[in-house]
Amino acid sequence: MFTERQKEIADAVKKDLNKSEVGTQLYETLGLEGEISLAIRKLKEWAAPRPVEKNLLTLSDTVYIKPEPLGVVLIIGAWNYPWAVTIQPLIGAIAAGNAAVIKPSEVCVHTAKVMEDLLPVYIDKELYPVVTGGVPETQELLRQRFDHIFYTGNSVVGKLIMEAAAKNLTPVTLELGGKSPCYIDKNCDISIACRRVAWGKYTNCGQTCIAPDYILCEPSIQDRVIEEIKKSIKEFYTDNPKTCTDYGRIINQRHFKRIMAMLEDSAIAVGGENDESDCYIAPTVLRDVKPEAKVMQEEIFGPLLPILSVSGLDEAIKFINKGEKPLALYVFTSDDKVIKRMVDETSSGGLLANDCLVHYSVSSLPFGGVGNSGMGCYHGKFSFDQLSHLRSCLIKQLKMEGVNSMRYPPHTPKKLGWARFFILKTVDLGWVGRMALLAVLAVVAAVVLQNYLL
Amino acid sequence: MSGKVKACYACQRNGRTRLGEPCLKTYPLECVDLLRRARVAFQAGRTLKENFRLAQLEAVVRMLEEHECDFVDALGRDLHKPRFETVMSELLLVKNEALYAISNLKKWMQPQHVERNLSTTLDQCLVVNEPLGVVFIVGTWSSPVQMCLVPLVGAIAAGNCAIINPSECTYHTSELLHHLIPLYLDNECFHVILAGVSDLPEVVELKFDHVFFTGNREEGNRIAQAAARTLTPVTLILGGKNPCYVDCQCDIATTAQRLAWARFHNAGQSLVAPDYILCHADVKARLVQALKCCLMQFYGPDPRESRSFGRMVNLEIFNRTRDMLWRSGKVAMGGQVIEAEKYIAPTILTDVAESDPIMQQDVFGPVLPVLTVNNEDEAIAFINKQEKPLCVYAYSNNSKVISRLMSETSSGSFCSNDSILQSLMVALPFGGVGASGTGSYHGRYSFDTFSHRKSCLLRGTRFECVTYLRYPPYEDRNLSLMTWASTLSQKSQGWCQIL
Repeated sequence: MFTERQKEIADAVKKDLNKSEVGTQLYETLGLEGEISLAIRKLKEWAAPRPVEKNLLTLSDTVYIKPEPLGVVLIIGAWNYPWAVTIQPLIGAIAAGNAAVIKPSEVCVHTAKVMEDLLPVYIDKELYPVVTGGVPETQELLRQRFDHIFYTGNSVVGKLIMEAAAKNLTPVTLELGGKSPCYIDKNCDISIACRRVAWGKYTNCGQTCIAPDYILCEPSIQDRVIEEIKKSIKEFYTDNPKTCTDYGRIINQRHFKRIMAMLEDSAIAVGGENDESDCYIAPTVLRDVKPEAKVMQEEIFGPLLPILSVSGLDEAIKFINKGEKPLALYVFTSDDKVIKRMVDETSSGGLLANDCLVHYSVSSLPFGGVGNSGMGCYHGKFSFDQLSHLRSCLIKQLKMEGVNSMRYPPHTPKKLGWARFFILKTVDLGWVGRMALLAVLAVVAAVVLQNYLL
Repeated sequence: MSGKVKACYACQRNGRTRLGEPCLKTYPLECVDLLRRARVAFQAGRTLKENFRLAQLEAVVRMLEEHECDFVDALGRDLHKPRFETVMSELLLVKNEALYAISNLKKWMQPQHVERNLSTTLDQCLVVNEPLGVVFIVGTWSSPVQMCLVPLVGAIAAGNCAIINPSECTYHTSELLHHLIPLYLDNECFHVILAGVSDLPEVVELKFDHVFFTGNREEGNRIAQAAARTLTPVTLILGGKNPCYVDCQCDIATTAQRLAWARFHNAGQSLVAPDYILCHADVKARLVQALKCCLMQFYGPDPRESRSFGRMVNLEIFNRTRDMLWRSGKVAMGGQVIEAEKYIAPTILTDVAESDPIMQQDVFGPVLPVLTVNNEDEAIAFINKQEKPLCVYAYSNNSKVISRLMSETSSGSFCSNDSILQSLMVALPFGGVGASGTGSYHGRYSFDTFSHRKSCLLRGTRFECVTYLRYPPYEDRNLSLMTWASTLSQKSQGWCQIL
């Protein structure tokens, strides 16, 4: 579907978000094609029973974990990367053997329509129906009982979805957002750092859940940071980003107004131009922002980049820990000790040193939030595991009942002694240890038998 | 804990205190303070060091060893639990988990390096295990010590602070835990509260970083909704009706013995015991006869006299089980009840219909309904009509039958030719699915339940020449280059991005 219908998909995304065709391919479909081929290649391995280590009592039994499908999964997509965040969970759902109901976000009108038209043509429409619609349709869907709900979006709606799911005891995976901090140390290559931050921030016009939300840096480098970001913006989007095909737009008027309202009490260092009729906001940098400013009260999800001054790493860590746990945390430095402190002393869904966004594309890394930024994770094998039930299986025989006899009543102290011996694992017995123990037991049994017989 | 002059309703109902004796019930407002203290301790980083976690785990082991008699006594008074069962299924189990955690803690705490793709070959990709913060653990009354302390072991190993709420139904055990834990574990990081079941949703709404609940479905539902209101992740281990299929091809004597043990230990009050039997028509009579023999062997002619047989935990459960017994099927063996002692004899029911009361709710007592089916197809159909249970059991010598039972049903876990053992193994995840719960624990899985796996990608700022391909202005030739590299990489790994 992605290769054949590339043009239609790209057109729809352009109408919704003004993403260029290359941009769509780069950020959405290429990644999905990669995940699909990974899933196809590894499916056998992922779905196979996974044997586990046995203890003394179960030496002669078969013990393993068997992945099973959950049933019917509800996937609620988001509008910022409509294909990536809606189809990627679907890949996991299909790989795990589930059926799925797909509900693309109604905010990206054109893409939702394309999804509704195209998906049934390529995949079974009984197993994977697409439901479009707005809030009433979503509420109706939530009244039904699913075996798992996968939601990408904001935490306000996330709570409502979790509450609806809780009524049916349905497990959820929530990919929510947060304010992803970005700390730029004074010991780092500032021009490269700023270029990467600018790329991370202004791609898709800042409407990325893992975009660097705000920068923390020391006052001595603030001017340099602003200058470098300005240079990068010019490099990427020319002097007039409005005319540049590679620069996106805000999704709709409501978000446009929301973002513009955040500019009120902060000083603009770069950008600030806007055009309401086109939902255009220029790549903007705000300087000397205070923690109480409007722009620091909620996730920006737009092309405004506030810079806050901190006196050093300690203050930065304290500031980050005062807020809710974010989805991503970025740190730019050439000093490994700084990176280690950030990893150890803060918590976030993911952490990326010296770059932005790319941890999303490593399918061996679990992608997900913690605390207010979400629960559960996916990508690669994690999608498969998240949408499967890992069922423990113990296959015994009806033989060797002698070993079991010590557990049956009437209970005697002697039986208790034997039970203690068999169950308590004081040492992690490896294979050799187990064999040695068996040998000792055999010898003991032989000696006892001999004495008995004599 | 300040003593309250007025006894709370639960204590009065249980006939426990007279006016004037202190009631230890914890009210939600008091939990606010404990939660605050735990958070402060967590923020200060007390629980992060490996040494601290090892010390706490070792303290748990010591507590169980030094007070074994106290636990046996408390559980004896609450559930008339025989010493053997207390030591084996409560104390030894927790000790085993703690020792397993101690010997594996270093390994579990290590960050895991993951497979890299073409573009990240020069970077470090790892997954770091972080503690979540302060967790809330709610135990249940059927295995009061095990249900509180096994998750606690996982929480400690993962580096969290915890507040534990043992069940109010087993008050001797709860009070013992309430008394002992401050003597062994860090007083700022770990607290025991005795909140009533109806207050739990309010406590959950105080905002924890994870809630671990074991109990029945209605309470689980209320907890899940309260947790949803605060976006708190939950692990729910809920009860269900665990079906057990007995095939025509099986060794009846051994089967009966294993079944009888599984069903009647702890007087049937267990989340993982087989709830009802679906017996092949050919062997039903023999199975019932064999079960009768086993029961005679285990508990003697009058189980009331046996020290190996338990009692119902309280009058409510007693009444419920007795009513189910009286209004369902026919009593093939047992059936005697003595209200004063909360005693119900080990009972086997036959001629049970699907619509009988005993098939409509979880059986938490020593009553075993035996239903007849003609073959495994009927059994599978019957099992799939119900909600997904915590466990499915199958007894047969025919591996094809076992295979079918396993692959055509769904449940938290599965065991063939025995019962309960799969829930005791440290290496197997124990949990439910669907209506029997969400999440799992035991061994490494406890550690994972109470951890957050943080993905870390550590790059350098060199080699910018490679990354330039991803920056705007987007050019078609850049895209072609990346698509080509992507297909190259797809042959060996997943995503490739020269980003």
